[in-house]
Amino acid sequence: MNSDMVQLWCYLSTSPLLWLTVTLLAYQLGTWCFQRCGCSQLLNPVLTAVLVLVLLLKLSGTNYQTYFRGAQFIHFLLGPATVALAIPLYREVAVIRKTFVPIIVALFAGSLAAILSAVGIAWLLGGERILLLTLSPKSVTTPIAMGISEQIGGLPALTAVAVVLTGITGVVIGDLVLNWMKVHDETARGMAFGIASHGIGTAHAMHKSRVTGAFSALAMALNGLLTALLLPLLISLLR
Amino acid sequence: MLGHLTIILLCQLAGEIIAKAARLPVPGPVIGMVILFSGLMLRGTMSPELENVAGLLHRYLPLLFVPAGVGVITSLDLLARSWAPLAGAIIIGTGVTIAVTGLVMQLANRRARPDQQEAPHEQ
Repeated sequence: MNSDMVQLWCYLSTSPLLWLTVTLLAYQLGTWCFQRCGCSQLLNPVLTAVLVLVLLLKLSGTNYQTYFRGAQFIHFLLGPATVALAIPLYREVAVIRKTFVPIIVALFAGSLAAILSAVGIAWLLGGERILLLTLSPKSVTTPIAMGISEQIGGLPALTAVAVVLTGITGVVIGDLVLNWMKVHDETARGMAFGIASHGIGTAHAMHKSRVTGAFSALAMALNGLLTALLLPLLISLLR
Repeated sequence: MLGHLTIILLCQLAGEIIAKAARLPVPGPVIGMVILFSGLMLRGTMSPELENVAGLLHRYLPLLFVPAGVGVITSLDLLARSWAPLAGAIIIGTGVTIAVTGLVMQLANRRARPDQQEAPHEQ
């Protein structure tokens, strides 16, 4: 590289513009591959984008802090997007009201299943204590999960990663599992996506139908609240 | 459009302030969602413009998870060391959670409304 190129790289690599743009490009590449391959969830756009970006950061020797200076503008929008989930909920409020008791029953069953299956399986496979704590809130939306992880002594950064991987896994295997279990009820499918795989599951559920999407958004919010209350309690019982 | 985006951000801001002041373990945006939902219920109506703003945010919802996902790069060591318990917990655990939630909800629905045997719509 000649000195002009070095100077250009020095400028670009410290400005938020570069990694903001690259994140958008990586996601668009992911979407393109996803559509090219008949929307197979194995080629989930989030997964492709994350893999491409990790590879680019490794190859260019860029650290995560530098990357995040650009990506934070996208990350920030998670907050308003979460607030805006009130809108699909409001649209389906009549259906939700009619299904109140089943919602509460499924919420407790699903929330406990998410925590116990994650911790139990990781423990059986020889996971360290810190890994179990880090994984326990994996089905909860990123900001809540990171808060819980910090509170119970896990690693918040790794929790965020486990949360995203859980979301993608839920979308990849969700329809298969639900079809196999003969769960065809739209409200039940929505609850399953929202509780097991939070926002990524909800984004997927919204593409299926309005009812599925609304129940997923509701389940995600309720599961976040319940896990935040339940998990510290479960951990203190185990101590 | 701008007015409705401001409303959403105001709900988030109020949520953040409540969460900090009351030291709740719940993040601000979730409280903001509850505030916005309560506001809509009180008003009893929703403007199409608010739906547009929400639609725009939700159309690209998956993209918003990418920056957090790239955080995987900070824990590649632990990942290499503990890939088996991690993969097991995430893949099997998520499958179990989906199956349990879906089955329980469907069963509870049938008990609550025995007149309607099947869901109105198949996937």
